[in-house]
Amino acid sequence: MTQVSMTVNGKAVSGDVEGRTLLSSFLREHLSLTGTHVGCDTAQCGACVVHVNGEAVKSCNMLALEADGSEVGTIEGQANPDGSLNVIQQAFQDHHGLQCGFCTPGMVMSAAALLKENPRPTEAEVRKYLEGNLCRCTGYHNIVKAIMAASGQDVSSIAAE
Amino acid sequence: MPKDSGIGASSKRREDVRFLTGAGNYTDDINVHGQAYVHFLRSDIAHGRIKSVDTSAAENMPGVVKVFTGKDFEGVGGMPCGWEVTDRHGAPMQEPPHPILAQGKVRHVGDPIAAVVADSLEQARDAAEAIALDIEELPAVLDMKAAAQDGATLVHDDLKNNICYDWHLGEADNAKLDEVFANAAHVTTLDLVNNRLVANPMEPRVAVAEYKRGTDEYTLYTTSQNPHVIRLLMCAFVLGLPEHKVRVVAPDVGGGFGTKIFHYAEEAFCTFAAKACGRPVKWTASRSEAFMSDAQGRDHVSRIELALDADNNFVGLRTDTYANLGAYLSTFSSSVPTWLHGTLMAGNYKTPVIQVNVKAMFTNTVPVDAYRGAGRPEATFQLERVIDKAARELGVDPIALRRQNFITEFPYDTPVALTYDTGNYNGTMDKLEAAADLSGFAARRAESEANGKLRGLGINCYIEACGIAPSNIVGMLGARAGLYDAATVRVNATGSISVMVGAHSHGQGHETAFPQVVADMIGIDESMVEIVHGDTSKIPFGMGTYGSRSLAVCGSAMVKATEKVIDKAKKIAAHLLEASEADIELKDGQFTVAGTDKSVAWGDVTLTAYVPHNFPLEVEPGLEETAFYDPANFTFPAGAYACEVEVDPETGQVTIETFTAADDFGNIINPMIVDGQVHGGIGQGIGQALLENCAYDENGQLLSASFMDYAMPRADDLPFYGVDHSSQTPCTHNPLGVKGCGEAGAIGSPPAVVNAVLDALNSGGKTVDHIDMPVSPSRVWAALNS
Repeated sequence: MTQVSMTVNGKAVSGDVEGRTLLSSFLREHLSLTGTHVGCDTAQCGACVVHVNGEAVKSCNMLALEADGSEVGTIEGQANPDGSLNVIQQAFQDHHGLQCGFCTPGMVMSAAALLKENPRPTEAEVRKYLEGNLCRCTGYHNIVKAIMAASGQDVSSIAAE
Repeated sequence: MPKDSGIGASSKRREDVRFLTGAGNYTDDINVHGQAYVHFLRSDIAHGRIKSVDTSAAENMPGVVKVFTGKDFEGVGGMPCGWEVTDRHGAPMQEPPHPILAQGKVRHVGDPIAAVVADSLEQARDAAEAIALDIEELPAVLDMKAAAQDGATLVHDDLKNNICYDWHLGEADNAKLDEVFANAAHVTTLDLVNNRLVANPMEPRVAVAEYKRGTDEYTLYTTSQNPHVIRLLMCAFVLGLPEHKVRVVAPDVGGGFGTKIFHYAEEAFCTFAAKACGRPVKWTASRSEAFMSDAQGRDHVSRIELALDADNNFVGLRTDTYANLGAYLSTFSSSVPTWLHGTLMAGNYKTPVIQVNVKAMFTNTVPVDAYRGAGRPEATFQLERVIDKAARELGVDPIALRRQNFITEFPYDTPVALTYDTGNYNGTMDKLEAAADLSGFAARRAESEANGKLRGLGINCYIEACGIAPSNIVGMLGARAGLYDAATVRVNATGSISVMVGAHSHGQGHETAFPQVVADMIGIDESMVEIVHGDTSKIPFGMGTYGSRSLAVCGSAMVKATEKVIDKAKKIAAHLLEASEADIELKDGQFTVAGTDKSVAWGDVTLTAYVPHNFPLEVEPGLEETAFYDPANFTFPAGAYACEVEVDPETGQVTIETFTAADDFGNIINPMIVDGQVHGGIGQGIGQALLENCAYDENGQLLSASFMDYAMPRADDLPFYGVDHSSQTPCTHNPLGVKGCGEAGAIGSPPAVVNAVLDALNSGGKTVDHIDMPVSPSRVWAALNS
């Protein structure tokens, strides 16, 4: 066992982990931050996306030890300080960008990373950026629409919610 | 003006807040103090005889609690099948045993042989590697037609052959059918494959079980669409436990699409092992494990023949299908190629003579069962592909050919056992033609051609039968379950309402849409109504969510229970208002004496129900009612879809340029949610048409066992969709006039895509009759260059 320390959602945390412990397991099992989901074992689905030092990372594909000393952001830390939904989360609700909710944390975290590097993405850019995030419920229509709306673009011409 | 609350409003989903903030409660988020972990050792070959399973080394590995094999379950029941199909000669289907852990033979890659329970998952995995197996490999049974031949290797040694049943529906007189075809002016024949799919909800299956010795009670947390069904099957048929001592909880469930209907061996195993080990037991499927243990979908090989007269009227239809059931009968597998498939072969058309033949086959593959649409996509694909081919052969417009043969008068008795209560297929097609701007297609095709691309337009119509029922009829057809549902409306003293429902929401938004109905009926704010689902200790016995049934069946039960509540509340209001009950009206949450300004508020009546100081003596205190609802008939959503594709002749790459759906779902409670359901179904249908394929090699090895090998649709594979559901013919036999919308997109889209690709290819001068799904670039390129 090795001690690992990091900042998660602004709070200093530490724990003893095995070398093989994944960051996703550390978040879910050691810190009980179960909003980060694991939907595959080949780093394809993106349900586990978190931010590590500001970058979107698949936490099932990173060892907890690799994140030692890092600033980690998870879905649990995304809401506004008063607890209300942030702009991206609110856009997902407004535009029905989620159904079962399982892929949603990864989608929101990826969307945040996208909008940070590209504040007004085109439809094609959103779709391309989401190549590492699978959703089985929505057919992506309302996810793409929600992300474009969150960037401040008028999405009213895109067909129904 | 769109409504802002109640029936017909696009109310935002209240459940979204917890899902968007990481506060959902999925089964894998549940940990029980002291839990041990299960790892299943699964077969890595498709077919073999088990000579020995030596667990002695594994039992002594660090952290191991107990190791189980098939021998530990010899006195326990097997996994049951919930539908007994009767074959064409009146004999019951062949129904082989399906043990929790393999006994005697392994029959598919992924068949569980042993299970290790250990302090940690890593220890369980390590110990499983120390189990010594001696398995004699046998030839794998894979090709369905070969499997049906006399002398074929048997998947189940105790059965007479690999044919589960040879089933028939519709015209029984072959001579009559032959005469129809002999006299036809034109016959179009098509051989096609409905490719095997994997449902792949994003949440893999999970089971957590605990046993409390003090009270002899079990709790199973599981990823299920129907917790009461799981409890009943597991208690009555598998483990022999008393139902009242078992609680089954399906908390937030991350998508189902059919594959979480079924009772799985892992659920029964964990429940059994929790007592045997004296510890809670948890199993979480990896995605690779899901690929080889979740029931798979589709996998039909069919020949369909359509006979037309000289005026292009459909005069006869014959279809022969081999349906793959895999190695064992999954819970509802037997019903899919039969009563959910053969009955839909009339489609939207008044074909007078139809014969459906189905041979259901055992093979050394993962079991196959219902996947979004379940039989209805397979029927629609056959029918709509052969109609499209007929239109091309006859040189007629595919829309005109369909319109000419539409059923236009209702109710309509089909030759394949259904009675359509209502519909307006021409009206829905009108909506499609406008919404998809079909008159502008020629210009769009010219533009594509100017860019060196082929452009095609594919049309498809579908009808589906949803809300399967009534129970007395499905019982005669072999169902071993009722197909009603139930709801309890519990009004609290302060006027808020908890509605306990048998339906389960795993993405469908019941927690939002169901309160819209109850709140609308009473005239109170939606936020005063909450839905409770997914826990057998809280909800009445209902059958769960599948087959687009939740609102049509469970929603009807909820309406009936709410009506009972309102009736009783009116009695109390009449007493308070010193008026006759017949004169009491309820509107906007106020009970009023008709024609007067005397009124009492909803909250005053509910408080009186629980603080009955001034109360009618003949009425019981309290305000809580339950209703069970068994539908009189199926519901029949129907629609018309249009897909436009571009094909790059250099590469064979197909891109979806536009996709438009016009659906008739009857009345709609929440249009936003309905649109979302259609989007998701279309996404999965385009996935089937262009990308997805569950593939086995010649030895039965599963080649597509991860997201690296199984092509799930990604955001840049799919377009924005146009959805129009303004064509509405309300269901005639349920109180809300609703039909169901969950499966339509997956049923209606694959033929539209394939028809579009073929239209594009044929526009380029080639004659291409058919391409099997998935319509991959290599298949398209081969067709263009053949």
